[in-house]
Amino acid sequence: MQNELPYEQPLSELRQKIDELKRFGSEKGIDFSEEIARLEERYKKLEQEIYTNISPSQKMHLARHHQRPTTLDFISHIFTDFVELHGDRLFGDDLAIVGGIARLNGVPVTVIGHQRGKDTKDNIARFFGSPHPEGFRKALRLMYQADKFNRPIITLIDTKGAYPGNTAEQRGQAEAIARNLRDMAMLKVPIICVVIGEGGSGGALALGVGNRVLMLENAIYSVISPNGAASILWKDASKADQAAEAMKITAKDLLEMSVIEDIIPEPQGGAHKDVEATSLLLKEALTKHLNELLKMTPDELREDRYNKFRQIGQFQE
Amino acid sequence: MFKDLFQKKKKYATVPSVRDNHNRPKREIPEGIMNKCPKCGNIQYFKELEKNLKVCSECDHHMRLNAFERISMTLDDGRFFEYDSEMTSADPLNFPGYVEKLKQQHEKSGLHEAVITGEGTIGGFPVVMAVMSADFFTGSMGSVVGEKVTRAIEMAIQKQYPLIIFSTSGGARMQESILSLMQMAKTSAALGKLHESGGLYISVITDPTFGGITASFTMLGDIILAEPGAVVGFAGRRVIEQTIRQKLPDEFQTAEFNLKHGQIDMVVHRKDMKQTLAKLIDLHTVKGEVTHAE
Ligand SMILES: [Zn+2]
Repeated sequence: MQNELPYEQPLSELRQKIDELKRFGSEKGIDFSEEIARLEERYKKLEQEIYTNISPSQKMHLARHHQRPTTLDFISHIFTDFVELHGDRLFGDDLAIVGGIARLNGVPVTVIGHQRGKDTKDNIARFFGSPHPEGFRKALRLMYQADKFNRPIITLIDTKGAYPGNTAEQRGQAEAIARNLRDMAMLKVPIICVVIGEGGSGGALALGVGNRVLMLENAIYSVISPNGAASILWKDASKADQAAEAMKITAKDLLEMSVIEDIIPEPQGGAHKDVEATSLLLKEALTKHLNELLKMTPDELREDRYNKFRQIGQFQE
Repeated sequence: MFKDLFQKKKKYATVPSVRDNHNRPKREIPEGIMNKCPKCGNIQYFKELEKNLKVCSECDHHMRLNAFERISMTLDDGRFFEYDSEMTSADPLNFPGYVEKLKQQHEKSGLHEAVITGEGTIGGFPVVMAVMSADFFTGSMGSVVGEKVTRAIEMAIQKQYPLIIFSTSGGARMQESILSLMQMAKTSAALGKLHESGGLYISVITDPTFGGITASFTMLGDIILAEPGAVVGFAGRRVIEQTIRQKLPDEFQTAEFNLKHGQIDMVVHRKDMKQTLAKLIDLHTVKGEVTHAE
């Protein structure tokens, strides 16, 4: 199966066996129903075993699955009346980030997210979801617009990181990210950030300074991609799985370290198995957290956001 | 050497400091008597080189400094009252080999962490200063660097002193993974408060400055200076060359390159750095008081 992940192989093998047995039975007119029922039972057990014990490195592959729902998928399933807005008013329109105005349960919100491509052509146009400075600046422009009109901001994070290119550097990649971090902290509207796939480094954090930071169950979030860490630490990018284990990149790890506030469950096998169901779960979480934040004053929202990030870090003195 | 230029001495408020830098044993220079310039190969006496602020007399190459050298070169009489000098890294992720590596880095550099923060005066003006040191863990930012820089920013807000940060860094500290990444948000948010309070922040880029440091406090200065030839960027040259499958020109990401592309305000020679900082602070004063924009 093309969309299968390596750890799912035992499942598909068993499924194949069951299908063969069914076919053989009907061809030869032999009743295998008892045998088939037994295998189905085993399948169910195996399925549960595999999907409840997904390792960090398996999650990394799941978070990068080419069929995993993207920002635009979630926007169309969760929000209504989405109007996409374009451009940073300085240089261009970076398609690696999409954003605009929409309604969540009827309430106008600004929604912004990284956008991976659906196919090769789309991916090239969107730089595989890795923004240039103009992407971050477009996002900040839309956030200021939200602040002006008192609209809550929802960001969806899904990127390997900021685009490592020469023109990106020339136009101030670092400055664009830094400014987003500083200015997001100062906004007076509720901000909810959700890591929906891969949260890679500064390019992810540039949309990540929220009152609430949430993660989908199989999403990952880290300072450097596990591949990058492996090549620096052990001079071997193929040790990405090993790095993924060491770097504590899963939603559960981040909740334990108080970096995120909530984990949004995914259907068995991952978000791509049922986009509709995942969207419903995400919508539920957004609604719950937004309702809480809407009770706070603008100053309280800012203070709450400042304090959230202020207390992150562990040291001895 | 510049103090004669500044007659109007500010009153200097000292804080209860954990450790006065004067009590620190003077660091011995391990390299011996002679030094070879890494850029042009010129061999010069170490004493001469030191007198020249570690700038090559032949090619003007600015050699890398550790935090101690930078502080004594920048602050009046090298006097410095250090904040949080005892803060050290924990190993929050239980990351393989991290504790040993921290110990090694401490032994190698004599530093507890990759940044030193505190206060002193420049040309008579009191300042809060943070100086990063690339000789500890390539100047990478983990929880300690993030916390010390944030506290320094908060101190600058509280005391209404100008803030000066000398950056040099290889990027984020991988061994603290997500906690390192979040220090970018923490320091930047604190700078948001400083910005709003009207405080002056001058960022000085030294060689090399990359990754999470550049993409947080380094690029948020009201004024951004850089030493000649200092290399600064977000992504490293090698990663970019692999991505775009092109060889990049030698001057890519140098201070001069960044000046040309509008990313920094000035390239300042080391011998002029202290004077430039003093002048810029002076330009933010009215009748001897450092102004705080409303
Ligand atoms: Zn030289």
